[in-house]
Formats: sequence, C-alpha cells, structure tokens
Amino acid sequence: MLERRTLVDRLLRHRPDNALTVSSLGSPTWDIASTGDNPLHFGFIGAMGQAAPFALGLAMAEPNKRVVLFAGDGELLMSLGILATIANKAPANLAIVSLDNESYGETGGQSTATAGPTDLEAVAKACGFSQTCTATSEEALDAVCDQVWTAKGPAFINLKIVCGPSPLVFPHSFDGATAMNRFRDAINKLGQTQGSYGRSNESEI
Amino acid sequence: MSISCDWPQAIIGVLLSQNVDLVAHVPDAGHAALIRLAEGHDQIDVVTLTSEEEGVGLLCGAWAGGRNGVLLMQSSGVGNCINALALPEICRIPFLTIVSMRGEWEEFVPWQIPMGLATPKVFEAMHVEVFRATEEQHVAETVDAAGDFAFTTRRSAAVLLSQQMLGAKQFKEG
Repeated sequence: MLERRTLVDRLLRHRPDNALTVSSLGSPTWDIASTGDNPLHFGFIGAMGQAAPFALGLAMAEPNKRVVLFAGDGELLMSLGILATIANKAPANLAIVSLDNESYGETGGQSTATAGPTDLEAVAKACGFSQTCTATSEEALDAVCDQVWTAKGPAFINLKIVCGPSPLVFPHSFDGATAMNRFRDAINKLGQTQGSYGRSNESEI
Repeated sequence: MSISCDWPQAIIGVLLSQNVDLVAHVPDAGHAALIRLAEGHDQIDVVTLTSEEEGVGLLCGAWAGGRNGVLLMQSSGVGNCINALALPEICRIPFLTIVSMRGEWEEFVPWQIPMGLATPKVFEAMHVEVFRATEEQHVAETVDAAGDFAFTTRRSAAVLLSQQMLGAKQFKEG
C-alpha cells in the first residue's frame, strides 16, 4: 500500500506546465494543497460526486491541455455513472487518479465498497476507459506516471493507499468564487487553445 | 407568428447566440426534437448523461475552460441535481437548464406528480431563477432571457417548458 502524500507529491513533480488538475472534496484537496499552491489546480471542498463531471467538462473545453482529476474512492463510488459518460465521450486528454484507501477517511474511516468486492479499475475498464491500471507499491509508481500525464486517455489509474490520518493542509481559499476566478484566470493566462478559450460571452464589467 | 412555430429550432438559434456549444442531457420526449437538432449541428457538442446531476458539474467544468453549455432534462431529473447545484452557486458559475415539465396539464401517470409539483420549489430553494414558457411563440425569448441572466450575472437559471405546451405524453402500442 502507498502513502498518499508521498505518491501525490511524486506524481505532481512530473506535472507539465500547462496541465490542469482537479481534486475531489476532502483528503485529495488537502493532499494537493500539501504539495504547494498552484493556480492551475481547482480543489473541491463540497458537492460530493461532482469532481469527475467537472473534470470531463474541463477536458472537453480544453482539449489541448492535460486534465488530471485526483479523486477519492468514496467520491468515485457516489457517481459511478460518470465513468460510463466519460468513456462514451472518450476525451484523450483526461486522466483520473483514484486515491483508493477503501474508506471514508473524512468521517471516521468507515469502509467503502472497495474494501469489499468492488474494483474501481475493473469498473472503469468495463465502462470503456482506454487505459486502466492499479498500483499498490512505490515500485509501480514510476510506471503509472506516463498514464497520468501523457498517455492517450481517458485513463484511470487506481492507487491503493493506506488508510490513516494526514496533516490537514488547506488550499488557498475556502470560498468557491475566489478559487474559481483564480483558476479560470490562470487558464486564460496560458493563452488561447484551438477551439476553446475565449468563447464565453460573460461580461467582465 | 404561427401557432405551430418551430420552437426547438428557435432554441438552437438562441443557444448559439449565447455562445452555447455544449448540450448535456438525459433524454425526454419533450426534448427529443431539440436533442436531434443539437446532434445534427456541427458546432454543438452533445453529451448523453447517465443521471442529470452529472450535467451540473460537466457544465461548470466546461465554463472554467471557457465554454457555455445547457442541461436538458425532464422535471423528474431536477431532484437528482439538488446538492450538485451548490457548485455553480458557491463558485458563481453561470448555469442554464431547460426542463421539460411532467406532472402538470393532463398528466395521467401519478408517479410524475410529486417531482413535477416540486420542481419550481426545488429550484427556488437552491437559488435557481425560474423562467416559465407556456406558449410556443414565447419559448425563444424566454430561453434568451434565462441565458442572459445566467451568463451575464453568473447565476443559475432554469426554463420550464410547460406540459400544456409540450402535450401530455401519449403511450402508444407497438
């Protein structure tokens, strides 16, 4: 089993400069915050089940940038249907990193279905993800790095991690609008990409 | 304007004028013509969802990347979206949905009544501004007003297409 902070830190060291990352509520958002502040990251603090749909929409709007979602097993189990939706749209630039500690870590460590018979990689594969894998040890981590950042997606990387408390590290802001404005501005500053940014008719008054 | 105006085609025109090029939906008979037009349009991406709440996050993520979208769903799907609607509200992301109503005029399936009656109340509770379209000739301007509200003030808006206008669902054999 992997230690979540170590593996998130190792994976993010290989992050391309123009990659966009998203994390689901709770520990994945604290994990990413623990590696440092990056305006090209958007961390959920609520709306459980919405991180994967959000990542799909972002990947469709920014087809020339890598979009990587870091999501807990509880989050993914809440909206398993989105895995079918994602596979059906098949965004080549999207990867989901499942941080699977087989438990609801924020609420007392109650077991999730992945502590039982449910295998999230198998679910993603059956839904039609083009790349799937599971890693349980540090040695396997280097091999999955390519799947996270470069391999043709949609990719699903299931990382079995130890269940246990990590130090709380909070992101830049708990206010959604503050975080969203910063994220969107940071994407905008990366410049226009083919057929994506700049089509909003939002009035910036 | 004739009573049988082509309101689905008119909605497509309004959506494109609002820079909406992403249509997410869980299908409903009331939306069938609109979905068919969107699927046949080369400037519009269509995403078929497994459940309506996926559309909320999907459109929010797309907006973060600079795209405007719309969620098409039946009134029974509105309840599935409740907690998800916190996302556009707390992040001040524009959210636009067009809802085909069931459980209203001439409804004969009692299972459609509870969510049909609750739909405007659910939206109101989640701070989604409700715009009603009850006549074909006013559909386009209603969608336009809702789109303006959503995309220029970065808030959530829902257009309810009344069952009186859509016609109650008919069950046909064969």
